[in-house]
Amino acid sequence: MTQLLETTNLTAFYGDFQALFGIDVSVQDGECVALIGSNGAGKSTFLRAITGMIPAKGQNVNFGGQNVAGMTADKIHKAGMAMVPEGRRLFPSLSVEENLLIGAAGKRPGPWSLDGVYDLFPDLVAKRHNPGTALSGGQQQMVAIGRALMSNPQLLLCDEISLGLAPKVIKDIYTAVPKIRAGGTAILVVEQDVGQAMAVADRVYCFMEGRVTLSGTPDSLTRAQIAAAYFGSNEDEEAA
Amino acid sequence: MVWINAILQGVLLGGLYALFAAGLSLMFGVMRFINIAHGDFIVTAAYLMVAFVTGWSIHPAVAVVLVLISLTTAGYINQRILLNRVLGKDILPPILVTFGMSIIIQNALLEIFSADSRRLPAGWLETGSITISDAISIGWLPLMMFGAAVAVIGGLQLVFYKTALGRMLRATSDDPEIVPLMGGNNAHIFAVATALASLVVGIAGIFLAMKTNFDPSAGPARLLFAFEAVIIGGLGSLWGTLAGGIILGVAQTLGAQIDAGYQILAGHLVFLALLVVRPRGLFPKM
Amino acid sequence: MTSVDMTKTPSANLSMVLRLFLLAAVAGLAFAPWWAGRADLRLLMEAFSFLALAQMWNLLAGYTGLISVGQQAFVGLGGYLFFALAMFTGLPVLFAIPLAAIATAVIAIPTGWIAFRLQGPYFAIGTWVIAEVFRLIAAQISALGGGSGISLPVAIAKSLADSRAGREMVMYYIAFAIGIVSVLLVWGLLRSKWGLALTAIRDSEPAAEAVGVATRRVKFMIYVLAAFYTSITGAFVFLQKLRITPDAAFSLNEWTAFVIFIVVIGGIGSIEGPVIGVVIFFFLREIAADWGTWYLIMMGGIAIAVMLVDKRGVWGAIKARINLSIFPVSKTLD
Repeated sequence: MTQLLETTNLTAFYGDFQALFGIDVSVQDGECVALIGSNGAGKSTFLRAITGMIPAKGQNVNFGGQNVAGMTADKIHKAGMAMVPEGRRLFPSLSVEENLLIGAAGKRPGPWSLDGVYDLFPDLVAKRHNPGTALSGGQQQMVAIGRALMSNPQLLLCDEISLGLAPKVIKDIYTAVPKIRAGGTAILVVEQDVGQAMAVADRVYCFMEGRVTLSGTPDSLTRAQIAAAYFGSNEDEEAA
Repeated sequence: MVWINAILQGVLLGGLYALFAAGLSLMFGVMRFINIAHGDFIVTAAYLMVAFVTGWSIHPAVAVVLVLISLTTAGYINQRILLNRVLGKDILPPILVTFGMSIIIQNALLEIFSADSRRLPAGWLETGSITISDAISIGWLPLMMFGAAVAVIGGLQLVFYKTALGRMLRATSDDPEIVPLMGGNNAHIFAVATALASLVVGIAGIFLAMKTNFDPSAGPARLLFAFEAVIIGGLGSLWGTLAGGIILGVAQTLGAQIDAGYQILAGHLVFLALLVVRPRGLFPKM
Repeated sequence: MTSVDMTKTPSANLSMVLRLFLLAAVAGLAFAPWWAGRADLRLLMEAFSFLALAQMWNLLAGYTGLISVGQQAFVGLGGYLFFALAMFTGLPVLFAIPLAAIATAVIAIPTGWIAFRLQGPYFAIGTWVIAEVFRLIAAQISALGGGSGISLPVAIAKSLADSRAGREMVMYYIAFAIGIVSVLLVWGLLRSKWGLALTAIRDSEPAAEAVGVATRRVKFMIYVLAAFYTSITGAFVFLQKLRITPDAAFSLNEWTAFVIFIVVIGGIGSIEGPVIGVVIFFFLREIAADWGTWYLIMMGGIAIAVMLVDKRGVWGAIKARINLSIFPVSKTLD
């Protein structure tokens, strides 16, 4: 398997506040990798840094053979990374179908098209002409995912897609993951739902306070290890 | 009967005001940006038209194309180089930069063309009319202006709702932060929006040149009319802007019917009155 | 936000030096009728007028976030109401001026209520429309000269003092007072509890509301206050000119464009800014006296440049590097 994405010692700041302290994460071609961790651990910040939403000049983000750190977000999108943003962020002035079509603005060759997305999420067909935001939370999430797929990305980034959704809906949406992988796209999910992340990922990284505290395959990690990496061990808490 | 004629003339005048306003409405819709120099750009287009046709004896049809190309290109470049740098949450820089631009343009026009008022002779267009009765007649020029307003707004609606570019413009209006994640280049998109608005400004300027005498200081008044038409009609709605233009035009002509000196005042007062009772306008979309 | 380095005592000393320098300048100016020629006195009167207008515009835009391009409405109202009062009621000039201002403040209440129905840049243009309405109405009032305006009867001007020198001195001190008081007024306001509210509103209106600041009421009060003081200045300006016309009274260029340039170049959101701005503005005007339209083109260019390079203006740029303050408003350990 070839290396698709690799970050080396990635740092990120919001003004004076440092949010990431040297992150090393990699994703292989066709893999599904999950980033878990509590609120504010830096997972979404990581996604924003690699997609160009926050400045990352001078950093090392190797994607498909080139260093995309410091490139503008639209160029990174064209290079083959597509984001399903936190909170979905559909365009209210656009219909469902138009939201999907706009995802194809930076289109690359590949299997995904309007029909493909409607096959993946049949619920959307009846709603295709509704305004993007006049849908249930789960359906909006489907549109957001479909919108990102329309550009045929090599790497799909999913930022907290389970946020605000009922468990059954989350399960339904995650059934799409194998089908997306079958199309050749690698997936990087940021998830607060640890169970769901472990169920779908080949490898997992755990973030805490801007650092990677644990990584490995789901089978090789114990609950205790994960809890410690997620919340921090007792010794660390006393020292802090 | 004279009142019916006044209303009719007001409706047609509204077409011109809608043309003034459409570009302003577009820029605010996509970028939340008010260009205080908007009226001065319209006057610039008018001066260019006069310079091409009377100064350089260029055929009017060719001059129209030249003016439109000049305005559209200038609009794109200006947005890309200058105005993009002041877009953001702070409302002061865009206001001040465009205010500065307004002063510069007015004085540059004064320097180049002098303070004499100008007009573009339009021959049969400005004198010809359709007579409906002895009190009511419709001039060709006002009719053309109104037709142009409807065509322009219809055209803009088409672009916005039926093209990929329009999709991108609407998306940028909704959520400019996410647009780059879809592969959209905001700097370019904003400039295209301004270029489109400048095209409309060019059309408005050409009609202005034919309709009235204008001088370098005529810009601000046009900005105010455009602004009033947009607010009356409701932010975010182009057809609303047409309605706003018509209401403003009718208010002005009715005011003029009472007393010639009341024309502009009547327009302002109706605008303020509507602002009191319907602050969001008639057909607001945002 | 950059942190304040408490060890920068040299700046505290420098601030004190600047304050003393300013006090000396003010003291010198207080005796201007004795050392300045007629032309210079007129220049100083103009400078004080613009200082007052600039302080008020800065109060609106720099502290309250209300960007108005229609303050000329209140300059004109002040002028016209003063003329009307002085001519038709026989009130002495020194009563007519404040009364005209009070009347303007009363008119500002409904106009403000209308203007406040708009936000941001739309509010700005709305204030402009309102100013235009007043201009057009003034042009219709034949008792005040209609479109061609009216001159102040000689008797009223002469009522100030017997000699021309005396009159010039009285007018100078009115201007002096207007200018100095404008600075003290803004300074006092910002040091009061209203000042805290204003700074909160300037930093973040939603946050200010969330902690209980009655933002709309505060903004409205500032709007009316600015109208009041702007109209006092307007009344004086036209007293000095001895003649008023609708176009001069409600001129966008004079009472808004120049004022905005002064505030923006000097430094918006500070009391020192408008002071510096007035100095720079008159300096540039002296240099560019013969340039005609190029002078205005230069002003426009400078305004754009300031916005692009450092929108905090001269004082803001200085203050970012050295912790200076001539008019301290913040309650910190300096």
